[in-house]
Amino acid sequence: MAVRVSMTVNGKAVSAEVEPRTLLVTFIREHLGLTGTHVGCDTAQCGACTIHMNGKAIKACSMVAMQAQDANVVTIEGVAKPDGTLHPMQAAFKEHHGLQCGFCTPGMVMNAIDFAKSHPNPSEQEVREALEGNLCRCTGYHNIVKAITAGAKAMAG
Amino acid sequence: MNAPLIGARIQRKEDYRFLTGSGQYTDDVVLPGQTYAVFVRSPHAHAKIKSIKKDKALKAPGVLAVYTGEDLAAAKVGGLPCGWLITGTDGQPMKEPPHPPLAQGKVRYVGDHVAVVVGESIEAARDGAELVEVDYEALPAVVDATKAMQKGAPALHDIAPDNKCYTWALGDKAAVDAAFAKAAHVTKLEFVNNRLIPNAIEPRAANARYSRADDSYTLYVANQNPHVERLLMTAFVLGLPEHKVRVVAPDVGGGFGSKIYLYAEDVVVTWASRQLARPVKWTAERSESFVSDAHGRDHHTLAELAMDKDGRFLGMRVHTTANLGAYLSTFASCIPTILYATLLAGQYTTPVIYCEVTAVFTNTAPVDAYRGAGRPEATYVVERLVETAAREMKLDPAEIRRRNFIRTFPYQTPVALMYDTGNYEATLDAAMNMGDVAGFARRKEEAARRGKLRGLGYACYIEACGIAPSNIAGALGARAGLFEAGEIRVHPTGSVTVFTGSHAHGQGHETTFAQVVADRLGLPIESVDVVHGDTSKILFGMGTYGSRSIAVGGTAIVKALDKIIAKGKKIAAHLMEAAESDIEYDRGVFKVAGTDKQKAFGEVAFAAYVPHNYPLDKLEPGLNENAFYDPTNFTFPAGSYVCEVEIDPDTGKTTIVKFSAVDDFGKVINPMIVEGQVHGGLTQGIGQALTEGCRYDPETGQLVTGSFTDYCIPRADDVPSYQLDTRETPCTHNPLGVKGCGEAGAIGAPAAVMNAITDALWSMGVKDLAMPATSESVWRAIHMKRAA
Repeated sequence: MAVRVSMTVNGKAVSAEVEPRTLLVTFIREHLGLTGTHVGCDTAQCGACTIHMNGKAIKACSMVAMQAQDANVVTIEGVAKPDGTLHPMQAAFKEHHGLQCGFCTPGMVMNAIDFAKSHPNPSEQEVREALEGNLCRCTGYHNIVKAITAGAKAMAG
Repeated sequence: MNAPLIGARIQRKEDYRFLTGSGQYTDDVVLPGQTYAVFVRSPHAHAKIKSIKKDKALKAPGVLAVYTGEDLAAAKVGGLPCGWLITGTDGQPMKEPPHPPLAQGKVRYVGDHVAVVVGESIEAARDGAELVEVDYEALPAVVDATKAMQKGAPALHDIAPDNKCYTWALGDKAAVDAAFAKAAHVTKLEFVNNRLIPNAIEPRAANARYSRADDSYTLYVANQNPHVERLLMTAFVLGLPEHKVRVVAPDVGGGFGSKIYLYAEDVVVTWASRQLARPVKWTAERSESFVSDAHGRDHHTLAELAMDKDGRFLGMRVHTTANLGAYLSTFASCIPTILYATLLAGQYTTPVIYCEVTAVFTNTAPVDAYRGAGRPEATYVVERLVETAAREMKLDPAEIRRRNFIRTFPYQTPVALMYDTGNYEATLDAAMNMGDVAGFARRKEEAARRGKLRGLGYACYIEACGIAPSNIAGALGARAGLFEAGEIRVHPTGSVTVFTGSHAHGQGHETTFAQVVADRLGLPIESVDVVHGDTSKILFGMGTYGSRSIAVGGTAIVKALDKIIAKGKKIAAHLMEAAESDIEYDRGVFKVAGTDKQKAFGEVAFAAYVPHNYPLDKLEPGLNENAFYDPTNFTFPAGSYVCEVEIDPDTGKTTIVKFSAVDDFGKVINPMIVEGQVHGGLTQGIGQALTEGCRYDPETGQLVTGSFTDYCIPRADDVPSYQLDTRETPCTHNPLGVKGCGEAGAIGAPAAVMNAITDALWSMGVKDLAMPATSESVWRAIHMKRAA
């Protein structure tokens, strides 16, 4: 039995028939073809699936698509400007080499943007604690911490 | 004219696509007519399969097929091969039990592959997998390698009734025994190098398509070496001609060794795609990664170091039992032997070394190379012994190292390797300065006043990268070549595409290799792009593992560049009506020596593709060269790490307050990328020391640490910010002078951290502690001693 879900994703209204058990991340990846949102663990621990729902960073693997009915969703594909200019947080990750294989990166960036809104000038410890829910196996976090610290300042202008 | 690019902190070419969600990983690939595979895995560590009933699954909506080991056997699908033959001390070849992609008659570890269900959707395949009825007869299991060797232990394979794959040795046993007989002091340690689960954040995935039109296959797979994957799969398992199989490893989300191997899933989806004439995709769930990715380490070792009264090393004796898991993974056999015992000289002049390794099958996931692969285990043996020896002999741990450092090169070790160059004192001095070792006593006192325990530990590691040359490796049992291939394609307008057999899955080769090429040709880096990871585009490749890419893959590219410049000189000589021997190439320009005549690189390239004024009678048109490079020796990166910890005795929690790492990687192409590699390696090494430990239940063989809750890879607040620096002794036998940097951190860090922890606890009588030194184990160690 299929159900219809409708929401706004990256500024566009989308609607589809899905099985009720369809996860939000599956809806985003498989139905909308937005494959920048990744699945790393299926258990809400690695954070690779982090997106914004109604302005807050959430893990799209741990809710079903129906729960996002009428929500305003932003994925990594909706973060840069329409002309392709990187968001200040994306630019900071590039400048500080805050990514290697790139798999955890979209989730890191989405979490970092949400965090930076409330922490315009974070301490190293605050950044490290804010990353509790995002795992990276490549960078050792050193440059991610630097990137988020710089990105938060850049976002605050 | 452009500024030199070698040594420049160039931002990465690959970042834009990863930062905007435009990367393409294997699971992102959806092919027309896509179907989905789910594997039925063994819930038992050891069991006979009495029957498998497919009927219910086949009737489930959306299920297209169910295949078992019997189906593969009937189709004459072979077993997964092992790429390195080890010959034992008895002169016999290692035991190579069959490794069927889907179990035949028996399962041997939790997660072993029993059947595959293919469905129209992932949900249909999952539902179908629930309906496959497997009747098992459970058998006793053994997960510990030392127990598996004991009489009466359950036997996994008929051809190895004692569970031993081989006993292998390196070194002069009699000479070592003689050295021990005259020693003034012997330090002895017995420890386990803990089993690790790699956990790249991208789970493994494979998506295969078969085309009836030309009887060809395309396999997209999260893999570190697509040509090796293709060779093993076609020649040894599926019996297909290689030219009918294209393997693409697109963006790959981390590997760390775990994606080197040919896995059962890759073979099964490829085979199934032909049966169904539809693409078949499998993507691991994280729980599948835990049970079925090849694990790392898992050694039990007794190690002894003999010294004279001044702490000069006289000999080393090492006995290791290595757990190989249930089957031989692709390179499993060479890790605890060729890549381990050969590194036991470390940075020291220990004149005689003997190492004996017994490799054992157990009811656990196969064990193979994981970041460092044998070298972290060797470094742990050497550096724990050296530090403990210093403490026992009341010598400064830096001083005992200095007394034994190798200082003249080339240096022939007693364990087969010939170090070409190094300067170990330079990295140790720098690391000690950076870590303010001189101020440690004061910090320790200050911490003690707060009720905390401070410790300082060293690790001076050596690594061997770019395993080579092929003929010697072949004589030691390698069943593959160990060269690398590269191709430089200069386009008519002078831009360049580089094709490399080195795969990148986080290392930034698209940037580093472009720097090398742009620097050598004197072109803007924007004029150079790097392509890798597709057997239909790359001429050949041995792939990425063992920190080999810049030293071996980079050199292949340089050799191809040399050919480009040589041909360019011929063309330029013709264009400028000069003798070829008078042409010089200088950063983008061909010049006639001693004149002002010159032709830009782009003009020469254009002439090669529009050969109107061209020596067609002597020279082919075009500007496209390739090269294969087989190194004459390993490279030997080395470094010194100083780790400072503070332990809270009330909770047992260890905090790394300072970590100073000084590495000698030879020439560094991109310091930013190299630092990133070290950060990542250090963090995996710290993970091994403090948080990561794979556990199987000793009775049932169930994987106890099967999720990120139970198996703790470091999170951001588990690790410090690092202090890094480099020293440079260029490699003497490759043109770039490079050595490799990918694994160093993971090799040196575990010993540095454990040396620091045991330093903090030494005065309480804690001589050694098992990894991972979790808060619980540190607390227990402290309080057991206090209670005693």
